[in-house]
Amino acid sequence: MNAQCDSLPDGPPSPAAEPNNPVDYIARTREQYDRLGYPPYRWVRNEDPPPFAPLAKPLGEAKVGLVASGGIYRSGQVAFHYRDDFSFREVPADTPVSELRATHFAYDLTDARRDPNAVFPLETLRNLVDEGRIGGLGAWAYTFMGGIYSVRKVRDALAPAIADRLQRDEVDLAILVPV
Amino acid sequence: MGLIARELESRGLPTVCLSSAYSITKSVNPPRAIYLDFPLGRTAGKPNDPALQRQIMIEALDAFATLRQPGEIITLTHRWSDDDGWKDHAMRPKPRSDGRAGDDRVERFDRPQYQSEADRAAAEANLAAGECPGCVFLAESARNAASSPLA
Repeated sequence: MNAQCDSLPDGPPSPAAEPNNPVDYIARTREQYDRLGYPPYRWVRNEDPPPFAPLAKPLGEAKVGLVASGGIYRSGQVAFHYRDDFSFREVPADTPVSELRATHFAYDLTDARRDPNAVFPLETLRNLVDEGRIGGLGAWAYTFMGGIYSVRKVRDALAPAIADRLQRDEVDLAILVPV
Repeated sequence: MGLIARELESRGLPTVCLSSAYSITKSVNPPRAIYLDFPLGRTAGKPNDPALQRQIMIEALDAFATLRQPGEIITLTHRWSDDDGWKDHAMRPKPRSDGRAGDDRVERFDRPQYQSEADRAAAEANLAAGECPGCVFLAESARNAASSPLA
């Protein structure tokens, strides 16, 4: 237990459980790179406990931000390219699903193109606002294309730029959807 | 995405990360995560299944109340299919007919890769007018520096 955790309210133990037989993508990426004769991909490894901010208000009053890395763009925007693209897109929260597109070099796009909510749950969140389960959405959702090789570009450029915008949007929490 | 989660939480903004790659999420160690045992590319649910997508999002939102230990991962119980046969082929390309290692990775084009030609036309019309609404191209280090569109 660390100090941040000690300051959390008492309650039942977390319902976290180990999954049954998950695909080990780190091992499979290593296998694939070995077969092709490439040096191993170096995954980010964070041993230290992550920072942990509590949610300050009930979900029904909270403004929600959405960030997704499935390569979503809006029709009319420049699409992502496949060579360490670390740009991002601002997608207005009221964008119709019919104007959302997906591009990415590293996953099967079939379902994301059939229904962008599979990787970019904007309409899902809009419906939860209508139900009153969450208070509202930030004015923008933010999208980029994961698989960026440079940790430095993400840590020093992309992450602070997206964080700046979510703070400007005055959201109370963020839903992060990688692929 | 874990680096973004850490940036946000360090600024006091709580996050939850959806994931379909347990080993990667364990390694990246984001503050809060929920794990959905689906093939990559369906992190928020099956396509055209709004009831399932809604349920997954509600379970993600519940994590703000139920996850109390930084770095914990909740495993959801939804299954992609009745059997796990899809796992045998995930990120395992078939060997080529000549017996060499298969490589189904996409070439790393450095030009925008549009979903459709209509998208390309729409974006290029905007660019010709000097704009790309909502596109943010970053300098290598944007920390303490303003980002400029189209830079």
